[in-house]
Amino acid sequence: MVTEMSSSRPKIDPPRPAFDVERIRADFPALRQTVHGRPLVYLDNAASAQKPSRVIETVRRYYTDDYANVHRGLHYLSERASDAFEAARGKVRAFLNAREDREIVFVRGTTEAINLVASSFGQAHLKAGDEILITEMEHHSNIVPWQLLGERLGTVLKVAPVNDAGELLMDEFERLLGPRTRLVAVTHVSNALGTINPVERIIELAHARGARVLIDGAQSAPHAAVDVQALDCDFYAFSGHKLYGPTGIGALYGKRELLESMPPYQGGGEMIREVSFTRTTYAELPFKFEAGTPHIVGAIGLGAAIDYLREIGLDAVARHESELLDYATPRLREIPGLRLVGTAARKAGIASFLLDGVHTHDVGTILDRHGVAVRAGHHCTMPLMTRFGVSGTTRASFALYNTRAEIDVLVEAIRQAQELFRR
Amino acid sequence: MNELKELYQEVIFDHNRNPRHFGKLAHASCHAEGFNPLCGDKVSVYLRLDDRGVIEDVGFDGSGCAISVATASLMSETLVGKTRAEAEALFERFHSMMMGEEAGGDAAALGKLEVLSGVKEFPSRIKCATLAWHTLLAALKEEQDRGSVSTE
Repeated sequence: MVTEMSSSRPKIDPPRPAFDVERIRADFPALRQTVHGRPLVYLDNAASAQKPSRVIETVRRYYTDDYANVHRGLHYLSERASDAFEAARGKVRAFLNAREDREIVFVRGTTEAINLVASSFGQAHLKAGDEILITEMEHHSNIVPWQLLGERLGTVLKVAPVNDAGELLMDEFERLLGPRTRLVAVTHVSNALGTINPVERIIELAHARGARVLIDGAQSAPHAAVDVQALDCDFYAFSGHKLYGPTGIGALYGKRELLESMPPYQGGGEMIREVSFTRTTYAELPFKFEAGTPHIVGAIGLGAAIDYLREIGLDAVARHESELLDYATPRLREIPGLRLVGTAARKAGIASFLLDGVHTHDVGTILDRHGVAVRAGHHCTMPLMTRFGVSGTTRASFALYNTRAEIDVLVEAIRQAQELFRR
Repeated sequence: MNELKELYQEVIFDHNRNPRHFGKLAHASCHAEGFNPLCGDKVSVYLRLDDRGVIEDVGFDGSGCAISVATASLMSETLVGKTRAEAEALFERFHSMMMGEEAGGDAAALGKLEVLSGVKEFPSRIKCATLAWHTLLAALKEEQDRGSVSTE
C-alpha cells in the first residue's frame, strides 16, 4: 500500500484494478455446482484446488490435436508435443525464477520430489551419522522419506519444535543445526496450521553451517510469488494439483551443480545416453531424473495453470487470500467454543479449528451437508497433532476464488453444527 | 438436512455424551485395539467371557467422533450375555446394514443398533461405525488363538 505524498498537485489515484473474484469464479466450472442442494463452498484447497477452464481446455486440446510421445519421435506430432512439454518446463522455470530450464525436473508431485532428493542426494552426499533437520510441522511426505533413508544409510533425523501458536522456535532450530547437519528440509507454509516459516532466515542459517536446504513448497507455490534465486534454496518442490493444475504432475527445482552431482533416481528410457549390458551412461539434466514417458499432458496443463496464475498476478492472489483470512479469523474466534489451532503471526489462508463437544469428523459431515467442503482429520501431520494434543482438526483453506460470502456460509454452518449437537 | 437428522438421532447423542461400558475392564479375558489411520480414531475393546464362551461384560475406551463412540457404546450394551457365535452373527448383521444390504434372518436382532442405519447414507462415515466392531472381532480372535495355543 503506497501513498503518494510528494505529488505537487492533488490528483486522484486511479483505483487499483479490483481483484474481480466473480470473474475468476466464472473461470472454474466446478464452482457452479450444488452439493446436497446447496451451492458448493469449496474450502479444501490445501488438499487440492479446482481447475480453471484454461487448464481443462488445454488438457483436452493436447489429447485431441497434439498428442504423441516426447523427445524421440521424428514425426510432426511428436515434435509438437515435445515443444509443448519443454515450453511447460520453461514456464515452471520462470514461475520459480530458476536460472535454467534444466534445473526443473518434472515429478508426480511434492512427495515424489522429496523422495527423489532423499534417495539421490542421500546416496551421493549422506552417510551414517549425518543429520537431517526438519520441523515439527512437516507433512508426512517430508518426514517418512527421511526415516526410510535413515533405515538405509543410518542418517539421523532431528526435529525442530514449534510454540503454542504453531511458529517454529528459531532458537531451537539454530541449536539443532549442528556440525553434522547436512540437509534442512522444511515446509514453506504449514498445510495444517497455515504458518509461514521464515525460510529466508532458515536458508541463511543452514548455509552458514554448510547444510543444504530443501523447501517443501506444496502450500506456498499456489499462494505467493516464489523466487528460488532470491531465496537461494538448494531444492524447492511443489505439486501441480494444488496450483490449479492437473494431478500427477509437479516439479522439483534443484541447483544445477547439485543435481549434476546426484545419481539418477529411477532407471529406464528417457534418462539414458547410451545403454549396453556392461555399462550405461546417463542423459544430461533434467532428463537424467525423468525415467520413462513423463506425464506429458499434465506438464502442459501445469504450464497453462501457471500462465493463468501469472496473468492474475501472484501478489494479487496473496492479497486476496490474506484479506479472506483477516475476514475469517475474527468471525471464527467469536464463535463460542471454537478454538483456532495455529495462530502464527505470519499465516497463509488456512483456518484450522476445534469445536467443543463436536468431533472434527462430525463437523466435517455437517458442513458438507451445508455444501461446505473442508478437511477434517490429521492432515497428514500426525506428529504435529500430537504436539497440540489433538487427534485432528477441521481445516478451511482458501484459494483465489473464495469469497467473504462463502466464509459467512462456513460460519453459519459451524453454528448449525453446534446447534445440532446441543439438542 | 433430513439425512443429518437421520444420522444424528437422539440415541446417538445420548450414547456419545454418556457412553455406556466406557473404561478399561478389570479381569478382561481378551482385548484388542482398533485404529483408523485415515482419521486417527482409536478404540480399545475389552471382553470378559465365562467358561462357556458367553460374554459376561464388555468395556471400551478411546477417542473418536459421535458415530464411533455411540456405536462402541451401543455395541457393548448389546453384547452382554451373547455367545461368541451370536456376537459374530451380530457383526455380520451390522455390517450388512452398513453396506445397505438386505439383513438376512432376524433383522430385529440388532435392536437399538438400528438407530445407526442412517450411517449408510454417509459413505465416508461407515468406517466410524465399523471400527468398534472390527476391534471386537480382533479381541475375540485373540481369545480364541490364545485358547487354542493353551489347549495344545
